[in-house]
Amino acid sequence: MADKLTLEIVSPYGPVLKEEVDEVVATGSEGEFGVLPGHVPFVTTLKIGMLVCKKGGTVSYVFVNSGYAEVSDDRVLILADSAERAEDIDVERARNAMRRAEERLRKQEQIDFARAQAALDRAMIRVQLAEKRGQ
Amino acid sequence: MATLRDIKRRINSIKSTSKITRAMKMVSAAKLRRAQDRMFALRPYSDKMREVLLSLAQPGEQDMHPLLKVRPRKTVEILVLTSDKGLCGAFNTNVLKAAELMITDLKNEGFEISISTIGRKARDYFKRRNVPLREAWTGLSGNISYSAVQEIASDLMNKYIDETFDELYLIYNEFRSVAVQNVTRLRLLPIGGMEHEEESEMKDFLFEPAEEEIFSRLLPKSVEIQLYRTMLESRVSEEAARMTAMENATKSAEDMIDKLTLEYNKARQATITKELMDIVGGAEAIKD
Repeated sequence: MADKLTLEIVSPYGPVLKEEVDEVVATGSEGEFGVLPGHVPFVTTLKIGMLVCKKGGTVSYVFVNSGYAEVSDDRVLILADSAERAEDIDVERARNAMRRAEERLRKQEQIDFARAQAALDRAMIRVQLAEKRGQ
Repeated sequence: MATLRDIKRRINSIKSTSKITRAMKMVSAAKLRRAQDRMFALRPYSDKMREVLLSLAQPGEQDMHPLLKVRPRKTVEILVLTSDKGLCGAFNTNVLKAAELMITDLKNEGFEISISTIGRKARDYFKRRNVPLREAWTGLSGNISYSAVQEIASDLMNKYIDETFDELYLIYNEFRSVAVQNVTRLRLLPIGGMEHEEESEMKDFLFEPAEEEIFSRLLPKSVEIQLYRTMLESRVSEEAARMTAMENATKSAEDMIDKLTLEYNKARQATITKELMDIVGGAEAIKD
């Protein structure tokens, strides 16, 4: 058994990441889950959230905007609707999006509540990740 | 014989045509590159998606979701993908010919046919022949937006589930290279009954949430992605075909200009010679 995981993230806008890592933690729709080498074959849906991968002593973060994860044979395959590494996040844009979404939710007019909430979630997690990067 | 002025006029008119075709070629090249980037970005995603589906959609699980279910086929839907605009060589003709062939074949085998089209050219083609269309989408050939694809995909899936048709094929131009585009036929629905290439050992996957729920989200998504990919391929092929067509047009315009210039020079030379002979003749006459 290999002692490494292959993490692969692809989105319709292109491959995001392909790396050998030690551990992956992602946000599934039923809750967070962690994957170590030797995990059983596993399929789940992902919700908007962050993905943490650990490699040696370093930890890196990826923003994942819902999708699917398949774990088999020490490979973690993430099919994301969109995804970006923490270092690629445009903080300014995310902050603006967050403000807009909050505005819309507060006004509570004719809005698609689920959509506004999703936009807010996306923006919040992006900002959180961007702050982590700064540390 | 054409006079000097006639020839000059023709040369000028062909010159301006070649200017237009050259400009169109440039525009197509730029559009081709943009569309190609999007297509190449999508390919890994759609390949992986297919991989996941293949490892999940195991035989005997057709009852899991209506899109997986293979029904005995009575009505076959054919979705023909063409462009909205012309001037792209045999791009549309090839697809339409292949579609026509497939329709006749299926009819001879006794199946009901229903036809839908994407792109103005296909719609017009079938309209001219008084072939009824189930649905015709147009105006998508600019920048294909994902939401437009979703709309089409959801219509197709609904019509499959309510048994308007039992099988769905796409006919489109697959992009091989700038010089080569192949007319391809792809079965989009049902998803089930896919041939497993090799007898890969079936893994027992853990599902979270339940398998049914994952399928009900993953399957429509995969149909959308496949349709999106097909439309992008068709789009890239269209621009490639147009680029080649315009390149050829420019080249033959240049050939024609060369030929006409030669003719023009000959005619001019002939006039000069004639004038010289007149002058010499006149001088001879005065001498005596």
